[in-house]
Parts: sequence; structure tokens; C-alpha cells
Amino acid sequence: MALLSRDEAQAILKKVLSFSKADECEAALNGRTRGNVRYARNAVSTAGGSDNVSLVVQSRFGKRSGVATCNQFDDETLRRCVQRAEEIARLAPEDPEYMPLLGPQQYLSPATFAPATAAISPDLRARMAADSIAHCEGRKLTAAGYLEDGTRFTAMRNSKGLEAFQQSTTVDFSVTVRTPDGAGSGYAVADYTDVAQLDAKALTKVAADKAAGSLGAKAIEPGKYTVILEPAALVSDEGMFNRLMYALDAREADEGRSFLSKKGGGNRLGEKLFDERVTIYSDPLNTQAPGDVFDGDGLPVKKMTWIEKGVVKNVYYSRFWADKNKRAPTAFPSGFIMEGGTQSVQDMIKSTKKGILVTRLWYIRDVDPQSLLLTGLTRDGTFYIENGKIKHPIKNMRFNESPIIMLNNVEAIGRPQRLGGNLIPPLKIRDFTFTSLSDAV
Amino acid sequence: MKRRDFVGLTGLAAGALFLPSFPGFGGTLVDPARLLEPVMDAGVNKRLADAALNAAKSAGATYADVRIGRYLNQSVFTREKQVQNIASTESFGAGVRVLANGTWGFAATNTVTEAGMAKAAQLAVQIAKANAKVQKEPVKLAPQKGYGEVSWKTPIQQNAFEVPIAQKVELLLAANAKALDNGANYVNSALFQVNEQKYFASTDGSYIDQDVHRIWPTFGVTAIDKQSGKFRSREALSSPMGMGYEYMVPKAADKIAGPAGTGLIGYKNSYDILEDAALAAKQAKEKLTAKSVTPGKYDLVLDPNHLGLTIHESVGHATELDRVLGYEANYAGTSFATLEWKKQGKPYGSKVVNIVADKLQPNTLGAVGYDDEGVKTKQWDIIREGMLVDYQKTRDQAHIVGQNESDGCCYAQSWQDVQFQRMANVSLKPGTQKLSVDDMIKGVDKGIYIAGRGSFSIDQQRYNFQFGGTVFYAIEKGKIAGMLEDVAYQANTQEFWNSCAATCDESDYRLMGSFFDGKGQPSQVSAVSHGSSTTRFNGVNVINTARKVG
Repeated sequence: MALLSRDEAQAILKKVLSFSKADECEAALNGRTRGNVRYARNAVSTAGGSDNVSLVVQSRFGKRSGVATCNQFDDETLRRCVQRAEEIARLAPEDPEYMPLLGPQQYLSPATFAPATAAISPDLRARMAADSIAHCEGRKLTAAGYLEDGTRFTAMRNSKGLEAFQQSTTVDFSVTVRTPDGAGSGYAVADYTDVAQLDAKALTKVAADKAAGSLGAKAIEPGKYTVILEPAALVSDEGMFNRLMYALDAREADEGRSFLSKKGGGNRLGEKLFDERVTIYSDPLNTQAPGDVFDGDGLPVKKMTWIEKGVVKNVYYSRFWADKNKRAPTAFPSGFIMEGGTQSVQDMIKSTKKGILVTRLWYIRDVDPQSLLLTGLTRDGTFYIENGKIKHPIKNMRFNESPIIMLNNVEAIGRPQRLGGNLIPPLKIRDFTFTSLSDAV
Repeated sequence: MKRRDFVGLTGLAAGALFLPSFPGFGGTLVDPARLLEPVMDAGVNKRLADAALNAAKSAGATYADVRIGRYLNQSVFTREKQVQNIASTESFGAGVRVLANGTWGFAATNTVTEAGMAKAAQLAVQIAKANAKVQKEPVKLAPQKGYGEVSWKTPIQQNAFEVPIAQKVELLLAANAKALDNGANYVNSALFQVNEQKYFASTDGSYIDQDVHRIWPTFGVTAIDKQSGKFRSREALSSPMGMGYEYMVPKAADKIAGPAGTGLIGYKNSYDILEDAALAAKQAKEKLTAKSVTPGKYDLVLDPNHLGLTIHESVGHATELDRVLGYEANYAGTSFATLEWKKQGKPYGSKVVNIVADKLQPNTLGAVGYDDEGVKTKQWDIIREGMLVDYQKTRDQAHIVGQNESDGCCYAQSWQDVQFQRMANVSLKPGTQKLSVDDMIKGVDKGIYIAGRGSFSIDQQRYNFQFGGTVFYAIEKGKIAGMLEDVAYQANTQEFWNSCAATCDESDYRLMGSFFDGKGQPSQVSAVSHGSSTTRFNGVNVINTARKVG
């Protein structure tokens, strides 16, 4: 039941709309099957899976709206679900931020669905985990990893003639390898649309090399350092990059509570706030990281430039806020692409006189929304670079840095790679601020 | 986390057809009246559970447990004068966990019929047998006697779901009005309510019916100086609680005056949201012109509504045995407090540090009669006079530390997630000598008083942390000397707890907690309380967090 074709999904949605007595009605079907395997201490600890399809119906009378859901699709259940949404709508207060439903839209069609990913079996998951474990056992190291795959579809339809459908697959893999004495740790992470691209063994080797190479870490004095941030340090664990992109919100800025707020009122759209080599856009049609083609309102996600040569070109405008400010609304994309060059991390190390290679940043939290100052720590592979070579592993450190300052201190931008549905290059940044040492490995 | 979860958590409006639900839960949107309908019937559940247990045994399981769960949530979000979102959700189904060939297997179903339950049990056994092929050591369970048919209920006075939504909306909007009247530019407020109706049965012979309630009112108030472009926020000083709606009805006896010169009020077992919202607006405005802290060493005086999260991060997580052993290495991390570290006998903290884990304490988020693997709950010491004496364990972990009983801290966020070790309430015992906050401050020459939630970050082995708060006051020569801003303290867990100089007496003791503590892959949330009295730490490193950008 979890995966419906476009025709099957739209047939259910058509029926839902036919039961509606409201002024406006919109319905969406979301389905997802997921499977996972988790291992630690070189053994599988848990494995599981789930599948679910749910229908959400929104009914509107004037500016009043009500929402109801169900996960069975016989006529009687559908009819009751529509009735409940209508009952709730009648009792609801008028929504001061009401926006009429969208009419028919044109959507892109990227290749977000890979049949091989949709067909992943528990055996394949177990085999990948076993391969990862075997590599570590062979090197007297300890693996803890997680593999999760998912196939989902979203279908929408409303009484104004909007009709949308998309299917997609993803597979996510991450592994932390540690030395048996707990003195060394390494990490690798990747995600793909097509599982055929996933090489769990190769990723495990990267993490294992980092774990073995991080034994005997030396402490260095906290302070400002040139850093090479690998993509995982920028986007894993809700990293500096994601948080910057989430903060590009017009309403927060116009209300005066964002780093994008202008003194005296308004926002800083159109201002150059970053190094001129910084260009960030979104494009659902990108073949390496294809994205969602519509958002929760059914608004089409199209190619959009957010930051161009350091200038803020677009920020997120909800339909309500866009209407209020006489602008076009923005659909928030499922991933971002930061333009980069051709250098690999190895190339970037070669051109570094003194610096620090950072594998991963962890427990990142907002410290001050005014400057977007964030804090967190390095983790699972931190190395000192001298004269173009990794000199020795170093102890982990806490940083206090703002992505705004970071993207003004750009030394070099490497070759982008996919992570978390984004395409992110490794970055070489000068004067990155570390404020204290940590004994954590 | 996708943007929609992110904005949901920050209390901002979500898109039109994004399902408004708590993070981590699915659930179907229902009419609020549905939350009061009795669905769970112990007699029916026993029959259904037996169907699963019998099917598991027939398929070759040596142990099985079943959790039939009905998880009810209601959330109300408002901003300024308007309601942003109201959602009532219900999630109903059953999870079956089995041991077969010495390995765990788990399967869940929302087809809660005898046939559906048996099918889930058979699937769980199949999964266990498949995983057994890569298993090295068989799972060893601490012995557990069956309790027969028993029940437990959070001792609430008023079920929050019985209170009409209109009344809750009115209260939140009234709190918003108080904030706006007192100078706030913006205010977001929210009320979260949870009721877990859980039926547990195991092949040990337990049939446990539980009804668990939790509530959390919260808000954030923002003040803006348009000319300078500066903005500051002050968060609510409420706590999530294991209580009913009685927490929302303020009682004078539950209020404790904060330090002289701050105007702060501490709340015990009831909360005055109107009073706190008014004060929050005044303090948010005051923060705009407060003095920026000079970095350096200070003696910190930490309010329970702040210290709770410090305890959570630096003691609660560090003493979870699954982290200590490496089961969370890929995500949440491990712990410095390893079995070897414990043997070395180094002090975790000073002599005044006594920390207990507790699943019994009334009004706490973690209080239940029995955990999610059918173990009767208890209280036990974690740190005694500064020394680490024990960890937090589940049934399959006890033998690893040479013990033969679980601590009863196994939990799953819903019927469809597998249960695993989660933090008990972990609390700092109050001081035994009579000591008020004002008396404590009198003895501080150069210090900072901190209350409320701020930025909390700690490394994956729980050594290095940096914590902020929501309000900060300078202490000079034994007196509060005005508000400070841009404060965060950085410390190492052991140095910090060893610098603990004194803790106020029981009269100052209050709870705070975490409603959405995340752990595991796939991640599950859990709610946990942390009690303490105001406590002093000497010579802690304070940094200034102000930065100039663009």
C-alpha cells in the first residue's frame, strides 16, 4: 500500500474532492517505506522497517480552515475524513494570514526515483553492515554505523485544479570507526538517490583510516586557525551551512529579528554580505542531487539563486508574507548547491602552509541569532596541516563562529559533493575561531 | 532535520499541508473530543497481547514482550494576537519485541487484532533469526519476575485534554497580551500536552496497564531596538512537567522569590504564565541595554531552571550505560565515564555533589510505575559525595557491569519504535544545611547569576561544554549588580562539578526538564526531568559571545 502510482494516488484524491462541500478543499497523500540496519561494537544491534500512507485533507469556508487525516482509503473513511475537516473548519477562527489555494501549476520532473533503492532488501542492508564490520575487524578497529533507505511519494490535488505528484528514493549511510582503546575515531557519511552509487566498504575504509590516523592526538592552543572543512563538517548534524540557509527568512528579517534585518527597518536583500566567490542556488533538476519539485502549498520549486557572488539575491517569502510585500512567493527547496571548483580535499591540503583539517562538527547550537554565532565541536578526525601535509592528529576543539564571518573568510572552495540532499564543496577558511580544547575522542 | 521540522520546533508557522505533529511522532489528526474517548481496555489488550506472545513462542522466541500503545498529543501554537496552529493527534498500534537465537527482533503493526499481533510477532522472530547470523554474543537478560495484572497512572488532578481548547487559547493569548503590554515586539507561545496509554505484556507473566500524562507551556518574547537593529529574546521560565492541567493554575505556595534585585520568580509545581510573560517582556527590553560581559573567571550561581539542562548534558547522558559501552558511537556519542574511568576512583565532583536517578519522583516527566520492558521503577544513586557509583541500565546491560537487575529506564517514544535505554530523571540533591539564594549570593565577590534556557552544546564524550541562559545578572561584593548580556560559560564536566561549592536547601528545590530529548538511529525523543536547588560553582570560565558581522 505504501507506494502508489500517480494514477492510483490521484484517483483517491479525486474521490476525496468529490466528497467536499467546502468553499475550497485541498488533499495530499504521503506514502513512505523505510528500512534500516544499525550496528555497534562490530555487531548488528537493531534492524527495522516501516511503511505508511496518510491522507491529509484541508477544508475551507471563507477564511476558516480545518485539517483532518486518515490512513485508510475506503469510501466511508474518506468521506468521514472530509466531513471532519469541514466540521473543524466551521468551528475555527478566521485565519488572518489566509491565502487562497493555488490553481494549476507546472512542475519539473527530475530523476528522483531509483528502482534499485526502492528494491533494497533486509539482506542487502545486512550484507552492507557485515562488509563494514568485516573491514574494521580485519584492522582490529570497532565500527558503529547506520544505513537507512526510503522510498516516498507525495501527491496533491485541490478544488482549484492543482495537481501534483512526485516519487523519490534516498539511501543514507554513516559510520564511525574507533580504535579499541578509544583513543582514535573516524567518520564517513554519504547519501544517494540510487543505492548503486553507495560503497559502504569504501566509506568504512575512509572512516577507519581516519580512526587509525588519529591515534596520539596532540593538543594545540585554541585560537584562530585556517581550516579545511570537509562537507560533513558543513552539513551533517544541522551544520553551519544548513543553519545559514534556514536563516534566510524574509519575515524574520522584516520583523527586525534576523541577521538580515536592516537598521531602521526592512531587510538586507540585494546587499553583498559574503565573499564574492560564494554562490549558492537550488535546482531540483541537478542530476547528482535532484530535489523536490513542489512545497507543502503546491508551489513549484524551480531553479533559484539565493546568494550570487556574495550578494543575497533571494530570501524565503511565504505566500502570506510575499502577498503582503507584493513579491513573488518562494518555494523552499529540499537541498542547496554551493558552487565550487575542481580541487579535492587532498589538493587543498597541499596548498596549505599551516591549518587544520576538520572531518565533522558536532552539537551545533545557536549562541546569538543577531550575528548567527554558532558553537559546536570538532569530532572523529581532526588533523594539523603543515607545509602541505597532514603533520599529526590533534585533540578536538570547540568553535564559536558565525557562518557569515566564515563565508567572508574564504581562502579556497573545492569540488562539491552530495550530502544531505545538498551539493557542498569542502571550504578552506582563514581565521576560524576555536575557543577551547576538548578531551573527547 | 528538514526545514519544516526546524521551523516547527522554533515555534514558527509551518506550511499548509505539513502535518502538524510533535517531532518524532506520527499520529492521525483527530477531533479533540476523541482524546477523551476510552479505547484501551485491559481485558481486550490482554487477549491481544497473549496472541502475540504465543505466536512469538511458537515461532521460536525464548522471550517476548508486547506494547499496545495509544499515544495522544495536543499542541497549541500562537503568536501575538493570533492562533497559528492547533493539532490533536492519536497514534494507536502495537510493537512486539522478541529474543530468538540470542538476538533481538522487533516488528510493529497498527492492525491490532489477534491475527495482526501474531503476524507482527512472527515477523519479529524472523528478523531476530536473520540478525542472529551476524551476532557474536547472545543477549543476556537480567532476571525479571512477572507482576501479574497491575496498573499505574500519573497522579494528575486535571486531565489537560478535558480543558476546552478555547480556554487554552485564551490563556496563551492573554500571556501574549501581557508581553505586548509590557513592551515586547513579538511573542510566540505554545502548549504541549501528552497522554501515553500503554499496555505492556511479557512472557515473564506481566500485564501492565499505564496512563502517563505530561504538559509543557512555553513562550519566547522578543524586544527590538529598531534604530540600532539590536534584538533580544527572553524564554519562559516554565518547566515541562509530568502533571495535568493543574500545572497551569498558579498557586502562591509554588512561587519562590528569585535573588533580591532581579524580580525573578521561581515556579515549583504550578506556573503563572501571565506573570512570567509580563516580566519576560520587561527583561527582554532591559537586555537591549544590558552591559556586555567582560570575559574571565567568575563564580556562577545557577538557578534550577538553568542548572537542569547542565545536569542533563554533563551527568545524565554521560552515565547512560549504552553510551558508555559504545552503542551510540555513530550518533549521540560515547562517554568519558567508562568502566575503566570509574575504577580509577577519580572524583566526578566535589563532596557536595550527590546525584540521583529517579523514576518515581512525583510530577517528573520520567515518572512511571514500570518501564517499557516491564521493570518496576526505582530511585538509585549515580554520584555519591562526588564519586560515580552507578550507571543507568536496561535488562540486557545489567550483566555487563556485574549486576543482576535493570534500573527500569527502558523507553520507546511510540508503539512503532523499539524500546532502548533512556535517561531516568537525574537530579542534584539539595544541600542539607539551611541556605537561601540570597544568603548564597552574599558570599560571592565576583560572580554571575544565570536563569533559564539558552544555548547548550557539549562534546560527544561529555567533557567540554558551553552553556548560555536566558537572563544573566552580575554579582558584585555579595549583591546583584545589574543585568549582563553575551554570557556563556565553558567548562570541562569534571572540573565544573569539582568546583561545586554549595547548593541551596530543599526549600529552593525545583524541577526543569527536556520534553524532546533525542537519541538513537532512527532518532527517538524522550521526556526527562532534572531537579535541583540553586547551586554555586567557583571560578568558571565565562566568554563574551557578541560578534560584529557585516
